[in-house]
Amino acid sequence: MKKLLAGAAIALMSLTGATFADGHANYPERPIMMMVSYGAGGATDFQARIVTMTAGNEDALGMPIAILNKPGAGGRVGWNWLAGQAEADGYTLGAYNIPHFIAQSIKGGVEYSRDSFEPIANWGADPAVLVVGADSEFNTMEDVVAFAKENPGKLTTSGAGLFVGHHIAALQMEKACDCKMAYIPTKGGGAAAMKAVIAGDVMAGINNLSDAFRAREAGNVKILGVADLERNDFLPDVPTMMEAGLDVDNSSVNFRGVMVPKGTPQGIIDKLAATVPTMFENSRVTSKMKAGGSPMHIMTRDEVLAMWEKREQTLKELLAGL
Amino acid sequence: MEFLLYFGDVFTPLNFGLLLLGTIGGLILGATPGLSPTMAVALLIPFTFQLQAAQGLILLGAAYTSTVAGGAVSAILLKIPGAPANIATTLDGHTMAQKGEGAKALQISFLASAVGGVFGVLLLIFLTPVLAQWALAFGPSHLFWLAILGVTVIGSLDSKSVVKGLLSGCIGLWLATIGFDDIMGAQRFIFHPALGGGINIIAALIGLFAIPQVITMFAKGRKGDGAEVLTVQKHPISGAFRELFRNKRALGIGTAIGSIIGLIPGVGGQIAGLVAYDQSKKFSPEREKFGTGHPEGVIAAESANNAMVGPSLVPLLTLSIPGSPTAAVLLGGLLIHGIFPGTDLFDNHPDVAWTFINSMLIGQILMCIFGLYVAGLAARVAQVPQSVMAAVVLGLAVFGSYSVQSSMGDVYVMAGLGVMMYFLERFGFSAAPLVLGLILGPIAEANFIQGSMIANATDGLGPYFLGGTLNIFLISVVIASILYSAYMELRTRRYTSKEEILG
Repeated sequence: MKKLLAGAAIALMSLTGATFADGHANYPERPIMMMVSYGAGGATDFQARIVTMTAGNEDALGMPIAILNKPGAGGRVGWNWLAGQAEADGYTLGAYNIPHFIAQSIKGGVEYSRDSFEPIANWGADPAVLVVGADSEFNTMEDVVAFAKENPGKLTTSGAGLFVGHHIAALQMEKACDCKMAYIPTKGGGAAAMKAVIAGDVMAGINNLSDAFRAREAGNVKILGVADLERNDFLPDVPTMMEAGLDVDNSSVNFRGVMVPKGTPQGIIDKLAATVPTMFENSRVTSKMKAGGSPMHIMTRDEVLAMWEKREQTLKELLAGL
Repeated sequence: MEFLLYFGDVFTPLNFGLLLLGTIGGLILGATPGLSPTMAVALLIPFTFQLQAAQGLILLGAAYTSTVAGGAVSAILLKIPGAPANIATTLDGHTMAQKGEGAKALQISFLASAVGGVFGVLLLIFLTPVLAQWALAFGPSHLFWLAILGVTVIGSLDSKSVVKGLLSGCIGLWLATIGFDDIMGAQRFIFHPALGGGINIIAALIGLFAIPQVITMFAKGRKGDGAEVLTVQKHPISGAFRELFRNKRALGIGTAIGSIIGLIPGVGGQIAGLVAYDQSKKFSPEREKFGTGHPEGVIAAESANNAMVGPSLVPLLTLSIPGSPTAAVLLGGLLIHGIFPGTDLFDNHPDVAWTFINSMLIGQILMCIFGLYVAGLAARVAQVPQSVMAAVVLGLAVFGSYSVQSSMGDVYVMAGLGVMMYFLERFGFSAAPLVLGLILGPIAEANFIQGSMIANATDGLGPYFLGGTLNIFLISVVIASILYSAYMELRTRRYTSKEEILG
């Protein structure tokens, strides 16, 4: 019976496929759904809602995008669903977080890899930053590195979890300064990791630039370094880790963007790849993102494809020893 | 007294209209099983895109306040807690409804909610800077001991015997380990993709409480003529006021515990109601009446879960750290308007901050008025024939657990746990300790792992977990709680008869 059903489904799919083979001129004909693999209110969810709010405009897709949250296990639940159960018909999109899903697929235990998804466009890049409490004795990256060198394994550093951008940044720092830190993953994401820094539970923390910027505005933390290739517009006074003499590149930057499951018709991918980046450039979107302290970084499908591939290589090297 | 200056803003026609809309909508959403306060607030976020910052927050704040209280409606009438905060309300509230006192239970629950809620918001207004320090004082070791304190409650909570309470607590703790471990990413007991994210607490709540009810109702429907209905005695509101003030102790304990526990980031309202219920029981001279439809239990639980609303926003508003999932959603509501919680909020946007806080104060009172108004009507729900009721509850249970994260997996979890609970209840086990285990397991585990990682990097496990005033205080409370339970158990020792076990 199952085989029969599957056969019928395949036949039906090829039928509809044939009808729309001519570039999917009418796509989209109904509202689109976008899966976010984190809970409502998180940074990814918040940004996803902003960048998709103009989807219904005539110059964008002409149909609204609804957000569907599938949180759990650091994003694994949602991405497993998108790779395995979601329909690849162009009406199911997903939000990606790099390096999270690639690092998870390298560590194993999940049903997806880089090849399970097709990127559409990138909307944001949130670099990892090193924060310390407002009353901390550390004032520069050099202070932190000096302490870590003198006291191997004693520098407690909080981050949002294992194999997320924060962890990657910590691993890169350790490699660059040839020292040992004590990375403390927290349950409850970046907010819990930030709380640990402000309350003094840990000596330092690695966190998202956007959240750290807000915490600094509130007078709770000092931001000592940015793990990116160049200084950030939100924090022009904070040096990059490179400037501080640590060979840390942008591998830990948390890229967020839109993707579809593999098997989505090429015509739809092309159409989305052409429209979505311009949708992100809408002035209403950019002003809301700026107001919320969320750094934007728009990239096209080709740029994202190259970025994914490069990221996978770096992560494989970095995680090989763990 | 700065907040008084902004009271006028709450009463502009549009703002007040939004406040009414949020309150009434929140009550309805809260009364729907499966729609937790977090979900309700998240659903409203897109609407706030179009509003001014202050107006958006009025809507969200009112919805948050009244969904927490609205959860009591389904807890009392259907024995389905709308959110973890309402678990303790089912214990006495539903038994009251079964005795025909549904209207009374609803009235005192709304009144207790309003008293606790107003107190919580007043704390938020006057003591925010002090409270912020208190919220930060709880590090991983303290949260670990706090979770252990919760575990000591398990044995005495709504069970025929301590041993059975502890056993069902253990089942809950085990269920909590299912899924990807949040810190290490290890896979535990995942036999089906639906379990990858662990057991969702809302789906589990619905299953554990509603499904045994449904099965029992269907069974009764077959046996009898299906027309067995509960009576609903009319109950004057003045009587509810008198009842409330007769139980000042429960009201005080509930309000105090709710305010303190609500403040702690990451623990929040989930356990406030249960801990308050347990403590009022321990301090009450009529402790044997708890669980048999005793108004004190409803008052303690409901005042605690609404008292937690105000303080739970302290870490968000002062430190910009969302202490609960609902606070995280509210943070989104602020950020979308370019307002950063913290000093920026109170210095540069005092109109937004104080209008929001004031609207929560007014919202608590409005919620109480509407709640009292509908209490009599809502209690009539209990008069629907059992067979019809069972079908409706089953429908709500499926809808509620599916809607949490649009996943059929949660529906399977709900159904599986529900059938399991039906048989466990036959043998005298109870759902409340099981859920408490499910809530506390991850808190204790994550904080122990995190604490031991910090301890190993610094001064070692012993000093980290056992040193410091707050640790020692929490440990002594844990020990006192265990000794008290053991003493009471020995004093009132009775051998459970075979009939009771099977009953």
